[in-house]
Formats: sequence, structure tokens, C-alpha cells
Amino acid sequence: MLNFFQLIIIYAGIYALMAIGQNCITGNTGMLSLCHAGFFCIGSYATGIICKTLGLSFWLSLPVAAICSAVVGFLIGVPTLRLKGDYLCIATLGLGEIIRNIATNMNPVGLMSIPRAELFGYQFSSRNKVTFILLVWFFVLVAYILFRQLSHSRIGRAMTAVREDEVAAQSNGINVAKYKIGAFTLGAAIGGTAGCFATAYTLTVQPSSYTFMVSVMVLCMVVLGGMGNLLGVIVGAFIIEFIQYFPQLVGLSSVIPAQATQIIYGLCLVVLMIWRPQGILGRDKYRYGDPRSAKERLVSFFRRGEKKGGKA
Amino acid sequence: MKILETENLSRIFGGVVAVNDVNFSVYEGMVNGLIGPNGAGKTTLFNQITGMDKPTRGKIMFDGKDITGLPAWKISRLGIARTFQNIRLYRELTVVENVMMGLHFKVGSDPFKGRFAQAVKSYFCASKENRELYAQAMEWLSFFGMESEAQEFARNLPYGRQRELEIARALAAEPKVLFLDEPAAGMNPAETEHLMGIVDKIKKHGITVVLIEHDMKLVMNICDNITVLSFGQKIAEGSPEEIRSNPLVIEAYLGREDD
Ligand SMILES: Nc1ncnc2c1ncn2[C@@H]1O[C@H](COP(=O)(O)OP(=O)(O)OP(=O)(O)O)[C@@H](O)[C@H]1O
Ligand SMILES: [Mg+2]
Repeated sequence: MLNFFQLIIIYAGIYALMAIGQNCITGNTGMLSLCHAGFFCIGSYATGIICKTLGLSFWLSLPVAAICSAVVGFLIGVPTLRLKGDYLCIATLGLGEIIRNIATNMNPVGLMSIPRAELFGYQFSSRNKVTFILLVWFFVLVAYILFRQLSHSRIGRAMTAVREDEVAAQSNGINVAKYKIGAFTLGAAIGGTAGCFATAYTLTVQPSSYTFMVSVMVLCMVVLGGMGNLLGVIVGAFIIEFIQYFPQLVGLSSVIPAQATQIIYGLCLVVLMIWRPQGILGRDKYRYGDPRSAKERLVSFFRRGEKKGGKA
Repeated sequence: MKILETENLSRIFGGVVAVNDVNFSVYEGMVNGLIGPNGAGKTTLFNQITGMDKPTRGKIMFDGKDITGLPAWKISRLGIARTFQNIRLYRELTVVENVMMGLHFKVGSDPFKGRFAQAVKSYFCASKENRELYAQAMEWLSFFGMESEAQEFARNLPYGRQRELEIARALAAEPKVLFLDEPAAGMNPAETEHLMGIVDKIKKHGITVVLIEHDMKLVMNICDNITVLSFGQKIAEGSPEEIRSNPLVIEAYLGREDD
């Protein structure tokens, strides 16, 4: 039981990284993309190849995974630039599947028995989950701080402007294409690092695990937690992973079929769309220059949700 | 003096000639009116000048430079700002953040630094920069008497206020020319009155204004020079008095007398 709890926390951390990346693309910049599984795949393979085939350190594979995914994100961002909404969604979905199919065709078995990550002689093993939790969540914290800074800066505001109204953004001198490609690149990079940790934990890379369902799950986390709200998407990652491992947690994995979790996702989303369409924590609530204190803001949040802004 | 000029500018949408060989002039320091019946091609002309639509043929000269075919974001950075006929605000941002967006490229325009370097600096010094932008944005809001609504979401503003916020956002970039597409549309007489005062203040600020408007009282009152479009063609240009008595203009608006 405790074991499964720890497992959920680890996977929630890995997927929180994915969700932060997806949030950069969908939540902040407003592009409905469905290829995060592809970035996850590339990050996983980068780590697998570097640690096993080349025999190099896990810590080297971390930036390499991020850079490889970022390059692919850039390459996906450029041709899909002019697409919006459902068109973008379908195009990126296809590109994500292409990545998985390339991986499958090269080697359908994937990589096995990848060496463990090491730090000063200490090996991060899946048997000692607590240290792994610390490792993953340390990087979630780093990503959170970096992306929070981004969304609170002038650059992040410009990304939001692109999401809100592209034409108006152009009239404010924003090179929309550059911001869209930039968001894709950053989002992909962080998705790649998530893949890196997944490999370090399972020590295997299997191409069959980067299906389109993974991308959908990550998108669900963002929608569930609140578009553009970094804390929200981390909460979203927790909830989705909890649902995913719930049968195992209560020891009913032999009774409840794996597909049941997908039904629960669907139910969760439907209920949420009725009860709280803006996501559990709502949209990004950062407002520059809000003179109210954090406490006042919290009170007003619970009092009337995010329906109407407060008076200055 | 002409600050902006179009030469034989045309735009053809399939079979519709929306703008037909128009030579449109904008005079520096004046309020330039652009009027014409519905569908005359006024908005299309604005879109072409601001780079949001590509001309089928013709040339656009701004400040002695040929800006034909430049992307919209570059044209904005050269000093052309605009508002839209159907309001385009960042609805999920607050009022003050909308104006801060208008200031966006003023930060990145240091000629000694690349824009990327500037973006990196903006990232690391976000809170300092935000404080500066916030102070400047509040100044623009006080120009419109909107400081008390600074933390309101743009989508929650009443319609007339939204139109003014759009002007504030455009003005924040301190453009050389400001294009206003039907700013008084949907405003009540009191709000229109307020708007006239604002346009006057903008003019005194030294910013050239180009104004599309259907409200003739407003146009005749505040414009120094008026251009009339009808079915994509320029049919008249001159002072308000000249336009008022021009038989071609009367015909365009009211139809021919012997019809
Ligand atoms: N994107 C487009 N595709 C096809 N036709 C268009 C397009 N944009 C404008 N038109 C046509 O061009 C003509 C001019 O339109 P425009 O919007 O410029 O008129 P306007 O003078 O601004 O009118 P209004 O006073 O109603 O705003 C109209 O006949 C319109 O139907
Ligand atoms: Mg129009």
C-alpha cells in the first residue's frame, strides 16, 4: 500500500514535468497540441542510449534529452505554425505517432537493463523509492520556478497575448510565429526531461508505451488542474496518476480492468466541465500589481471563485 | 506634410474589388477622417496599411520608407498602432496588463542589444521590469481616467470602456500614427463626447490620428481632413466643409436624386 503511494508520487512527479511542458504550449500560448508522448519518447530514448549504448552518465543524458526534444519540438512547431485549434491538434497527433512508429520500427523491443542513475556513488534504485521521489520532485520544483518566472515576465505575458488574440498581439509588435515556435521548443524540452526520469526509474524503454493515450492524459492534467496555472497542472498530474494506479492501490487490479481508469478519466472530465469548467484551480490568476495581499486574494477566491475580478 | 501615403493601392477578394486604386494620404499632426458607406473598403484599407492584409497591388509609403508587404508586427514597431472595429482585447488579462502589452516592444527596442538578449534580460529581471511597465501603464490609464479599473479583467469592462482601453493600449506604444476603426460604434452620446475629448488630447500630444467613423457629427467636428471611399474607390478628399457640400459624397450616401 505504502509502496503504491510512493509509486504514485513518483509518477505524479514525472507527469507533472510533462504537464508543465504541455501547459507552456496549451495553457500559456493557447496551442492545442497532442504530441507530448512523442517528446516523452525522445527523452526516454536519449537517456537509454546515452546510459546503456554509450555507457555515459545519467546526468549528461538529462541536458541531452532536453535538447533533443527541444529540437524536435522546434521542428514540429515550424510546419504547424499556421494551424489552429482542431487542425493543429490532428497534425501534432500525427507527428507524435510518427515518432513512436519510427522508434518501433527501429527496434520493437526497445532497450532493457539500462544502468541506474548515480550521484556520488549512490545509486537511484526503484527499490528505494523515497530517494527517487526526492530526485524527481527536486526537478519538478526547479521546472516550476523556471516556468513561473517565465509566465510572470514580459515574455510570458506576450505568450498569453498570443493565446488571447493573435491579431491584437501583432498590433502590439509581437512576432507571433516566434513565440509559438518558442513555446513548442520549451514545452518539448521539459517533456524530454520527464522521459529521462521515467527511464531512470523503470530502466527500460519500450516504444509501445508512448501511445497517443499518454498525450491525452497529459492534456487532461492541464485541463483538469487549470489552463496556464502551474500549481493547477501539478495537481492535475496527481489526480490523473492517482486514478491510474487506484486499482493497484486498493489491491483490486485483478478485478478492475485497466480500461476502467479511462472511463474514470472521462467521468472526471465531464463532471469537471459541468462543475468547474476553468479547472480545479482555475486559469492563471497572476495579476500584475494587484494591491490585495495573498490572504485577501485567497478569501476572495473561495468566496466567489474566479468568476469576477476583485476591485482595486 | 504627408506622413503616410498609399499609391494605387488595391485589394481584390475573389470577385470583389474591396479597395480599388486608392491614393490615400495621411497628414502629420492632423486628425484624418476616412468615411464611406458600409462595405466601402475602409477596414480593408486599414488592414493593408497595418500589414494585416496583403495588397493585391500598389504601394504604401510611411515616413519615407516603403512598408508594402512587411509583416504586421514589424509595421507596429515602426510606429503604426491601431484599434479594431470588433474590439480585440486580451480578455483574460487585466486592464493594466493590456496596457502593459502595448508597451511590450518599447522594452525590446534597444538598438545596441539583440531582441533575444533583451528577452533573456526581461526573463531574469522580470519583477523590476514589471514594476517599470506597471508605472508607465498606470500613467496611460490615468490619461483615460481608468486607474480605478486597473485590476479588473478586460472582459468585465462595459463596452464603451473596452473601446477606450483598446485606444489606451495602442497609445502606450507612443505611435507616430494611430488608426482608429469606428471607435464610437456602440457608444452612447455621453461616451462619444468623452471620446471626442480623448481624440483631441491625442492630437495635442502630437500623434497623427486616422479615424474611420459613421457618426457624421463627430467626423465633421474633429477631423481636419477627410477622405471619402465608396465601392472601394476614393471619391473625394478635403476639409469638412468641402466634403459636406460635395455632390459626389451626397450621392454616395443618399443615392442619386433622380432615382
Ligand atoms: N476577408 C474577406 N474576404 C472576402 N471579402 C471581404 C473580406 N474582407 C472584406 N471583404 C469585402 O470587402 C468589402 C469591403 O469591406 P470592408 O470591411 O473594408 O468595408 P468597410 O468600409 O470597413 O465597411 P463597414 O463600414 O461596414 O465596416 C466588402 O464588400 C466586404 O464584403
Ligand atoms: Mg469596417
